[in-house]
Amino acid sequence: MEKERNYTLKIWRQPNAQSKGAFKTYEVKNISTGSSFLEMLDILNEEISEKGEDPVHFDHDCREGICGMCSLFINGRPHGPEEEITVCQLHMRTFANGTTITIEPWRAKAFPVIKDLIVDRTAFDRIIQAGGFVSINTGGVPDANAIPIAKHDAELAMDAAACIGCGACVAACKNASAMLFVSAKVSQLALLPQGQAERKKRALAMVEQMDEEGFGACTNTGACSAECPKGIDLSNIARMNRDYFTAAIS
Amino acid sequence: MSLDSKIPEGPLAEKWTKHKFNLKLVNPSNKRKYDIIVVGTGLAGGAAAASFGELGYNVKAFCYQDSPRRAHSIAAQGGINAAKNYQNDGDSVFRLFYDTIKGGDYRSREANVYRLAEVSNNIIDQCVAQGVPFAREYGGLLDNRSFGGAQVSRTFYARGQTGQQLLLGAYSALSRQIAAGKVTMFTRNEMLDVVIIDGKARGIITRNLVTGKIESHSAHAVVLATGGYGNVFFLSTNAMGCNGSAVWRAYKKGAFFGNPCFTQIHPTCIPVHGDQQSKLTLMSESLRNDGRVWVPKEVTVAEKLRKRQIKPSDISEEERDYYLERIYPSFGNLVPRDVASRNAKNVCDEGKGVGETGLAVYLDFRDAIKRDGIEVIKAKYGNLFQMYEKITAENPYETPMMIYPAVHYTMGGLWVDYNLQTTIPGLFAAGECNFSDHGANRLGASALMQGLADGYFVIPYTIGNYLAGIPNARVSTDHPAFAEAEKEIKDRINTLLNIKGTKTVDHFHKELGKIMWEKCGMSRDEKRLKEAKVEIKKLRDEYWKDVKVLGVNEELNMTLEKALRVADFMELGELMVEDALDRKESCGGHFREESQTEEGEAKRDDVNFTYVSAWEFKGDDKPAALHKEELVFENVKLTQRSYK
Ligand SMILES: Cc1cc2nc3c(=O)[nH]c(=O)nc-3n(C[C@H](O)[C@H](O)[C@H](O)COP(=O)(O)OP(=O)(O)OC[C@H]3O[C@@H](n4cnc5c(N)ncnc54)[C@H](O)[C@@H]3O)c2cc1C
Ligand code: FES
Repeated sequence: MEKERNYTLKIWRQPNAQSKGAFKTYEVKNISTGSSFLEMLDILNEEISEKGEDPVHFDHDCREGICGMCSLFINGRPHGPEEEITVCQLHMRTFANGTTITIEPWRAKAFPVIKDLIVDRTAFDRIIQAGGFVSINTGGVPDANAIPIAKHDAELAMDAAACIGCGACVAACKNASAMLFVSAKVSQLALLPQGQAERKKRALAMVEQMDEEGFGACTNTGACSAECPKGIDLSNIARMNRDYFTAAIS
Repeated sequence: MSLDSKIPEGPLAEKWTKHKFNLKLVNPSNKRKYDIIVVGTGLAGGAAAASFGELGYNVKAFCYQDSPRRAHSIAAQGGINAAKNYQNDGDSVFRLFYDTIKGGDYRSREANVYRLAEVSNNIIDQCVAQGVPFAREYGGLLDNRSFGGAQVSRTFYARGQTGQQLLLGAYSALSRQIAAGKVTMFTRNEMLDVVIIDGKARGIITRNLVTGKIESHSAHAVVLATGGYGNVFFLSTNAMGCNGSAVWRAYKKGAFFGNPCFTQIHPTCIPVHGDQQSKLTLMSESLRNDGRVWVPKEVTVAEKLRKRQIKPSDISEEERDYYLERIYPSFGNLVPRDVASRNAKNVCDEGKGVGETGLAVYLDFRDAIKRDGIEVIKAKYGNLFQMYEKITAENPYETPMMIYPAVHYTMGGLWVDYNLQTTIPGLFAAGECNFSDHGANRLGASALMQGLADGYFVIPYTIGNYLAGIPNARVSTDHPAFAEAEKEIKDRINTLLNIKGTKTVDHFHKELGKIMWEKCGMSRDEKRLKEAKVEIKKLRDEYWKDVKVLGVNEELNMTLEKALRVADFMELGELMVEDALDRKESCGGHFREESQTEEGEAKRDDVNFTYVSAWEFKGDDKPAALHKEELVFENVKLTQRSYK
């Protein structure tokens, strides 16, 4: 296996939200197979900066697959070709020498492009603000062990809580629906005793906010879960739907 | 100016309770007349902002990411300590206090650490009530594990994502206050300066990272909760955006900097793969419970391994040096972080390192798999092994992991008194960005505890005391102090953009990192520290002549953001070196080669160095002034750590 590789990159460039974007082609050389995808972009940016061209802007922070900041649509898939992985954990050994790689931002009406590959995902924050919490203040809560929770339920709640809020589910969905994201939070709290008091109200309020933000409808294609870097399960959507419909008719 | 730590009188166990009673209160209906700025919304800032909002204050909160949910607290894997004693194994507030003081090598304040241990239990209650899905036992109660060499099981965890779950808990509380209109959240905003009026912190200047707009915000008090500054070293386990700028700007405005040289180097990180590396990934410390650390005994064998002429499995038992087990028979692979890190460096310096670069040691699970079976190991470490394989393309079930130490945490930070107030009235610091609680070395699972203790249970009380003592009249951002601070920043930005030099910002950052790592890293001595001082100064001069920052201010410009941060890192690096030079003893994570025992272990010098260094800014290119806060120990006896 060669240790260094060359690639052709087709990257979406868009100076700001107002302007129209377009693909631009770059060549990168001598990329170590041990480099991550984002390190490959760092190298490109060093090179084009040296030539005086504005570097390619992309979101990233932790670079260990947990903050949910990185968000690239690579060769037609959110976070690229590997399963259950964010783009910051993707390594260049995955891409054969000499191939062309297409890199785009998340595309969704509710996620407008800010610059190049960076989109505005604050809609997700507003959905959480609509009800993704338990209404308690700091202090005056019962002892932690006063609320026993069956291990099985705690594990299911943790499965749902593992969502990193990256938005890959929206990017993967042909309708740009946010159902997987919303249902993960609704489910986490619905599975726990702490979440019961506001259970119905929460499902209604969060779904309503989701619609208001302009996310599309869910048509059960399952693309969201298939592309989710944390493997959030589709059963969360079913659970939320049940809560939502019982709340809506009661 | 003299340092007043404001430690309350009275017996240790009663100090905090008494202090809370003595603190002045702001009447509930008056709270809405006070505005508080919180910079940083990780565990410390998120918890503080939410709690302030619940109390009725008006809060403006800031972070540089696109959402508060992404602060680097999210990356903590292992867990959070609390003195619940749910396991009935002899834990108590006093034991947690004692372990933390001892672990910090007796360079922290008794009163602060005791309070931390005391409120630790409230944190767990709070997080469970928020719906944080901690691990549970079959009976439905909370599960614990032991962590970082502690002799009791007091660590609460949520799989390998404890930091994420705690942060999302704080984020949900914060979101509720945003919805209630009590907190206004400014994301993608970077604080570039604090504004001082009549000797008090009255606001901040920020740059909107999307539009480049420089903006003024005023308040009655400012809380910094901006995390650690480990990225001075370029490579660290911190996130790419973690920076020291907020604390550095506060320092330059008069806040003292405490123990800047105290850095924690974590022994189990994935080794550097080459020059293209941008950051380092931590592997949980829990791996040392079952993995055995070794290198080959002979340099020639190590050479063959580096060239891949042989495999680790080709090396017989006699040819292996399980050096931690050999040197520290009673603690073995579980010695504290600093000891494990330093020994890894030593064997690599002797030429016995493995991996392509020779800067790695093995962490081998062969014997554990033989003993317990592969399924048991998988159940314990499956997700970590998988993560390792994703990054390195090697399977740790079949071949030993390779690890190397990396910069992980900064114990140093803004000097604060018992109320978490800096030396600037009205300016507070919480979480990793202050110096309190961890002394010269932080124990595993204690940073999450400290961040949430500060944010939920300490600062909401102490800030009230401050606010109750000042008039509630608001200052307008039309005050000339704001215009002046804005102008200073705009000038700095323009200067950077107009240098139009030949070298990239990253180039300088990497150079700085190299100097810091080699000369102010895991082991330090006077000669190299003095060299580092000269080299950083030279690099800094070159930076301001030859850096290349493209683009303009009035747009999303990540090069400019970095350029501002790296400029501050260079100055901060210099202060770290200065502090390391002053502290001629070895303690915790600070190892001075001149101060070691005959066996090469760290030797503390309690007679001369039982103090906190608090540095005061005296002007650019003037040496900083050192103030010493003597530490007084009334409840524990100072002993030399021994892990033999
Ligand atoms: C990989 C890793 C694993 C860890 N594991 C553990 C563990 O298992 N247990 C444990 O106890 N500790 C652990 N730690 C340490 C612990 O996670 C941190 O010390 C702690 O979370 C820091 O919290 P914080 O709130 O102080 O800062 P952070 O969470 O870093 O938050 C900083 C905030 O400040 C903002 N900010 C920074 N600069 C600016 C600026 N200039 N302007 C505006 N906003 C700014 C950021 O946007 C962010 O919101 C780990 C650390 C790392 C890196
Ligand atoms: S950068 Fe944090 S998840 Fe990728």
